[in-house]
Amino acid sequence: MASHGIKDQVAIIGMGCTQFREHWDKGVDDLLIDSATAAFDSAGVSKDDVDAFWLGTASSGMSGLTLSQPLKLEGKPVTRVENFCATGSEALRQASYAVASGAYDMAMAIGVEKIKDSGYQGLNAAPAPHDGTKRNLTAAAMYSLVLPAYAARYGVDEDELRMVVAKIAEKNHRNGALNPLAQFRREMPAEKICEMASVAGRLSVFDCSGVADGSAAAIVVRAEDAHKYCDDPLYIKALSFVSGTGGGLIDPDYDYTTFPECEMAGADAYRQAGVEDPRSALAMAEVHDCFTPTEMVLMEDLGFCERGTAWKEVLAGTFERNGDMPINTDGGLKAFGHPVGASGLRMHYECWLQLRNKAGDDRQIDLSNRNLGLVHNLGGYPGEMVSFVSILGPELG
Amino acid sequence: MRGIISFGGYVPYRRLDRSAIAAVMGKGGGRGTRSVASYDEDTTTMGVEAARLALRPVDAEPRALWFATADPAYLEKTNATAIHAALRLDSSVGALDFGGAVRSGIGALRTALDAKGPTMVVTSDIRGGLPTGTDEATGGDGAAAFLIGTEDDGQVVAELLGSASATEEFVDRWRQPGSPSTGQWEERFGETRYGPLATQAWKEALGAAGIEAADVDVAVVTGSHSRAVKRVAGQLGVARVADDLAAVVGNTGTAHPGLLLANELEQAEPGQTIAVVMLADGVEVLILRTTEALAEFTPAPSVADQIAGGAEVSYATFLQWREMIQIQPPNRPEPTRPSSSAAARAQDWKYGFVGSRGTESGTLHLPPARVSIRPEDELDAMDPAPMADVGATVVTFTIDRLVYSVSPPVVFAVVDFDGGGRLPVELTDVDPDAVRIGQRVEMTFRRLYEAEGINNYFWKARPARSGSSSE
Repeated sequence: MASHGIKDQVAIIGMGCTQFREHWDKGVDDLLIDSATAAFDSAGVSKDDVDAFWLGTASSGMSGLTLSQPLKLEGKPVTRVENFCATGSEALRQASYAVASGAYDMAMAIGVEKIKDSGYQGLNAAPAPHDGTKRNLTAAAMYSLVLPAYAARYGVDEDELRMVVAKIAEKNHRNGALNPLAQFRREMPAEKICEMASVAGRLSVFDCSGVADGSAAAIVVRAEDAHKYCDDPLYIKALSFVSGTGGGLIDPDYDYTTFPECEMAGADAYRQAGVEDPRSALAMAEVHDCFTPTEMVLMEDLGFCERGTAWKEVLAGTFERNGDMPINTDGGLKAFGHPVGASGLRMHYECWLQLRNKAGDDRQIDLSNRNLGLVHNLGGYPGEMVSFVSILGPELG
Repeated sequence: MRGIISFGGYVPYRRLDRSAIAAVMGKGGGRGTRSVASYDEDTTTMGVEAARLALRPVDAEPRALWFATADPAYLEKTNATAIHAALRLDSSVGALDFGGAVRSGIGALRTALDAKGPTMVVTSDIRGGLPTGTDEATGGDGAAAFLIGTEDDGQVVAELLGSASATEEFVDRWRQPGSPSTGQWEERFGETRYGPLATQAWKEALGAAGIEAADVDVAVVTGSHSRAVKRVAGQLGVARVADDLAAVVGNTGTAHPGLLLANELEQAEPGQTIAVVMLADGVEVLILRTTEALAEFTPAPSVADQIAGGAEVSYATFLQWREMIQIQPPNRPEPTRPSSSAAARAQDWKYGFVGSRGTESGTLHLPPARVSIRPEDELDAMDPAPMADVGATVVTFTIDRLVYSVSPPVVFAVVDFDGGGRLPVELTDVDPDAVRIGQRVEMTFRRLYEAEGINNYFWKARPARSGSSSE
């Protein structure tokens, strides 16, 4: 009984990603066709070459028909997956296992979300029939609980910590400003964010991820076949997933300064990839910055810095694009936008560009000493969440 | 001898300053305050609160539950069943509504005093009227509950000496179902009816009790005709007429004779004679005498404590809560109606606030779970954990200005229960600026929202009232 992983058994040979924004002029079908076509073109294959498909969407469609109908896939299996905001990553995980097993030679993972057709602000999932006792609270409010808890545990002044997380938003907006696919392309100074009205706890609207429509896709094959399609494939070193017990909500020992599901998924991924010290091994990480405090806590949960020190590292610029540990170089959920089912694959898309030195001169990170990338994608709330972690690299071994 | 075994009065937390009405509308209102049920309260939830207070001091179980209100949360469906569920009464205990009329509260009480077996009578009302009207200003919201029985059922704190009823058909106050206001005929006419009816019932009740008017230490006099109430009170010939709580609470209609009686009982000595006279479509009279057992009876919190502990609500918010004005809701989906079958399966959790506790670990699970978060507990090795009366402490909290609410913002806290266990839970009866880590809270039964005509009842936490929750 163990999580063995599939290190170096599967490679990504092509990816596509639409612009993430309020696509008033595009529906789910258009977004799927656009990202799938970009991925086919990227790998130099056609839809007929792909043997099986995994479609991730949280609430923009049901069943594989959501993909097979717009793409007119003939006689192909399509599996629709849903795993909260980690849905896109889950699609990649399933497609990768299918290829690694030998069941298929080539598989596509594709994620999509068409959020802006609801007519409401924010993310709004239709609830299953319920007994009426579930809590009535936004995700923003749940994550806002992190700030006072962290301030208390590590003796940080609450006003200073509020500025720290605003700096995270500022960084991600700075990164997004350089990214032509990102939803928000304007820089946003931390001081301005701190001045905004609070909407949940001390968080303002600019501490929340962008609400966008979009789609992203990846094509995977077994590692030994990768060079048939691609000179510079990206190898999957680790795929980890933890679905929590929900115990954090009712456990008086839980203190809202850590996400244990993320820590466990990270530790499992490091084991699979043989990474001992993530800070020295990883060239970059794309993490789930759904709200600014989330990114801060993840720096500690994923072992990028010691507990209680992430806030200092944020202020020191460690996680800037040109810092020692670049985080969310594409703008993250904050500036790139968060079409739920697509976000996990968007994170992998940034690794696909950066780790293969294809991000462009103005955005490319330094790969001279390290060449591994990490993707962290979560869904849910502090105390009850699912967490995904993958590790990727351009070289075998 | 049959009488009152236990009782509890409930006054909601909010007060409307009557002068705030004229400040906005240019007329109406008056002096003092009135009590205001919160947006998440209805007559059923206030009834639950009163009944919980009445059951807390005694080790007695009702065999019947009767609920009376002139403002029922449901028609067609029995409202007493939600109270029954919240009190976790056995399914063999019948639950009935005495519906519609202001007189039904005192009527249920008098009927219970004539009945058999321990009977819980719950009276509750939300009194309103059109803006600037007399009813808006002089009405009040509240509830009162009484456990009625004999010495076989528990210690009787006040025994019934005698009672009487006088009835006549005349249209003085009336309201069509769904109407926001109550009609009133020219007051002088009603006064001519109530006077003789009161004289008749008072004489008959004194006769039944075998006492003279001068033997009555205090009379609670109330009703739906204020001039007649005043006149009758002056003519009874008793030592003292009880405070009608008009200055702070207002007239709580169906609940008022009970609320005033509870307030008097809390201040009474053993051996005192207390009369209740209610004028509503006739006259009801009860004459009670407190017993030695009253000395050991300690309600917590008392009506007086609750009156002292209230906080203001603005007139604008009051109008919104009473649906006299609508405010723009957040652009978020409205909540969906609870599933009847899912709610029925979860009845003890949803209505009784009963979690489960691992038999080995002792870990509290809210909602109850079959599989423990601790490995040492076997599957289904869980004991029911009733948590409604367990106090808790705020560990951390947040204010949510984005989420849908009838009365935003939502104040939400993570609370740890005394003796172990935690729940993230919405707070109510609280000002967002006043929440503090370490604050003591207690659970309260509320209507979270209504969707498609179905009321969604569940529990929230509120700041602990003095003496009401264990440390």
